[in-house]
Amino acid sequence: MHPWGPPRIRLAALAVWRRNLLVWRKLLGPALAMNFGEPVLYLLGLGYGLGFFIGEMAGMPYLSFLASGIVASSAMTTASFEGMYSVFTRMVPQRTYEAILATPLDADDIVTGELLWCATKSLISATAILVVAVAMGALPATPGLVLVLPVVFLTGLAFAGPALVVSAVAPNYDFFNYYMVLVITPMFILSGVFYPIDTLPTTLQDAVQFLPLTHAVALSRSLVAGTGTAVAWVHVVVLSAYAMVGHYFAAVLIRRRLLR
Amino acid sequence: MPAVLAQARGLRKRYRGLTAVDGIDFHIEPGICFGFLGPNGAGKTTTLRMLLGLTPPDAGRLEVFGLPLPRCGRDVRRHTGVVPQTDNLDPDFTVEENLRIYGSYFGLKGSELDERIARLLEFAALAERARARTETLSGGMKRRLTLARALVNAPELVVLDEPTTGLDPQARHLVWARLEQLRAEGTTLLLTTHYMEEAERLCDRLVIMDHGRILAEGSPRELVRCHVEPEVVEIRNAEPTLVTGLSRAGDCRLEQVGSSLYCYTERAAPLLERLRDRKGLVFLHRPAGLEDVFLRLTGRELRD
Repeated sequence: MHPWGPPRIRLAALAVWRRNLLVWRKLLGPALAMNFGEPVLYLLGLGYGLGFFIGEMAGMPYLSFLASGIVASSAMTTASFEGMYSVFTRMVPQRTYEAILATPLDADDIVTGELLWCATKSLISATAILVVAVAMGALPATPGLVLVLPVVFLTGLAFAGPALVVSAVAPNYDFFNYYMVLVITPMFILSGVFYPIDTLPTTLQDAVQFLPLTHAVALSRSLVAGTGTAVAWVHVVVLSAYAMVGHYFAAVLIRRRLLR
Repeated sequence: MPAVLAQARGLRKRYRGLTAVDGIDFHIEPGICFGFLGPNGAGKTTTLRMLLGLTPPDAGRLEVFGLPLPRCGRDVRRHTGVVPQTDNLDPDFTVEENLRIYGSYFGLKGSELDERIARLLEFAALAERARARTETLSGGMKRRLTLARALVNAPELVVLDEPTTGLDPQARHLVWARLEQLRAEGTTLLLTTHYMEEAERLCDRLVIMDHGRILAEGSPRELVRCHVEPEVVEIRNAEPTLVTGLSRAGDCRLEQVGSSLYCYTERAAPLLERLRDRKGLVFLHRPAGLEDVFLRLTGRELRD
């Protein structure tokens, strides 16, 4: 394959995805404790605590507002963590990719398999949040909730690519702090998870339109609330663009790191 | 099977100013054990990576199974087993799961894979430990599991990068026995090593590499015959006066490595006669081996 060629997507990549799934299944207890525990704490602490003072936000109870935002932001953080810390672990100390590359799979299959796996973990985490939110009465059990799942998967893909890019150039784990503090945390704060973005200064409102999380939050919130949105396709296009560009650069840089 | 299993011509690889492989040629016949012998940094691992299509060469031609590399890397790897220098087993899986998951990378599944795994666990003497986590295995067991894993696709060629580095003698001998068994069954073996004993024992043919170049090629016996005198007298703690005396006598070629003096000669009897008179001198008379060839080609020669 050409070093700068587009990523090749092959079915064989599912073997990499499946390997990760089997490892995840082994560590199911701690994984699910994290998936269910965190949203419970957020919704209880912030939703009830802050919600007591806030009441309604953007026309819905604050607990629902928050729950629909956290579904999207957790897709971001889950995919980012998996794409950085876990991918780096498999790539460097554990040498899993070295082992995989000695088989008919190649670097592009690793990238595709990992991207799908990151998005799968986003899906697992978002499902846990939706279950908790419905159980707590934060969200109504509507058919719209099911539609959030593909959005969450796409959000996972949109963040997995950039995370793999960071992994591919990272000399060590500490390097990820830059990405966390410069990219993930600002998005978490600014993309409308905790408050509507129209309360931001106008220039900042325009700026956050370039952030993928803004679109993930807007889309999942409209689906959860059942309000729908006229610009749903814009959100989908932005998230897909991030996913595709991220996939491309992840493939180029992972190849460069693995095939020297 | 083709008459040539792997063939390289003018193979070259550079990393930012460092030439790892500097224009090498070799060909490997099927069914033999072929060795790359050389010190660390000689270019052995880079050569293996190129043979698997994982490192694109800067120049030269390379074919394995008649397929050009790196273009057909995936097809080559489908029929090749790899034992890496450092174990890269999956720590989250058991012994058996490691084989099973690895098989899945080759698209293997079902009863065929089950049977193969059972056979490989026997082969690696790990049947008792099938359900053990890989982290609990000893170094020798991990190496055997890595070897078993390399065989999960029933390869025609097995590539081993320093297969016994870091193993204790018992574990090393068990690995050697398994490799001899594989070769007897017709599998082609390709290994790198810096252990002379390993190369001498396992390899039908080998190349000696240093600084990215091939310095010599042949069977261990041919290499010894062509490159060094048949007899060696090894003297420990030779004093400078003795060295001077011996070099003046001129009936042997001298090489000093560390505190040892190696005297290479066609006939050692006269030399031994002279040494016997010296009290307290520790020396050893032995036939020349691969290590002597290696030192001759890569080491420092004493020149007066």
